[in-house]
Amino acid sequence: MSQETTSSVRTLILSFLALMVLLALTVWGSFIDVGAWRATVAVVVAIAKALIVMIFFMHLKGSNRLIWTVAGAGFVWLSFLLILTIGDFVTRVPIGPGP
Amino acid sequence: MAESQSLVAHHFSTLEQEHDAETMGMWVFLATEVLFFGGLFSVYTVYRVIFPGAWDAGSRILDLNLGTLNTAVLLGSSLTMALALHAAKLGNRRTMVFFLLVTASLGTLFLGVKGFEYYHKYTEHLLPGLGFQLPNGMPVQVGLFLRMYFVMTALHAFHLFVGIGLVLVLAVFGWRGKFTPLKHSPVELIGLYWHFVDIVWIFLFPLLYLIDRS
Repeated sequence: MSQETTSSVRTLILSFLALMVLLALTVWGSFIDVGAWRATVAVVVAIAKALIVMIFFMHLKGSNRLIWTVAGAGFVWLSFLLILTIGDFVTRVPIGPGP
Repeated sequence: MAESQSLVAHHFSTLEQEHDAETMGMWVFLATEVLFFGGLFSVYTVYRVIFPGAWDAGSRILDLNLGTLNTAVLLGSSLTMALALHAAKLGNRRTMVFFLLVTASLGTLFLGVKGFEYYHKYTEHLLPGLGFQLPNGMPVQVGLFLRMYFVMTALHAFHLFVGIGLVLVLAVFGWRGKFTPLKHSPVELIGLYWHFVDIVWIFLFPLLYLIDRS
């Protein structure tokens, strides 16, 4: 039971090295002017790092479907919170005085 | 068979069922934590959309070197936490306690660096509420950015503080031989919490420190 959910030491160290590479990449990338894409790049790299931590350190790899579902649900709810809130603010337009 | 059954709490049929229930309970708690921090991330994003210039200027105030160092420290602590769990599964008591203590030390180092950053901001009159005075020419909304910075990082630091306490308790219990290859859920569950706190920082770091460096 416990063996199948154990990541090997080699996997753990490779995950850590990948996280370090992504950290270097995101810090280096922040000095390059990519305009409006800056935030997108930063968030995409952060999501990649979070996935590495969740899959290998929090051993979602090897966990059953129920755990995957619960872990995913948190992020689905978070996406509702963010998308609806931001959707409101970016679609507001000034309206003129009433009749 | 009889031995493994006595390890199972009375309201579970098998060790595996007990383990699955514990793990799911922890993930449900973490999902509520995601939404807890999610509220702050929403406020952050709304103000960033409304005041992009102030957010650019605000991020340049923060110390990028210390922020990067702290990110590396926290990612390293996640590695040692995972190695502690690995040792617990193999029943290597000394190795497990060693890695738990390294994890707690790295967490403490993170808090130390964070405290140094806070103190530095205080001496520059950038800590809201305590002689707060923005440099000339800064948009006034930079104050809003700094308030978000302090609230979000302080809430994260509090979570890390709790995590350090829990890991030290694990080290004490582990040293007394409370965990076995079959029964070590506390190491696994507190490990999940530790990695979650790491993930919060993975998002806080680029959103606060890396907005505009070009």
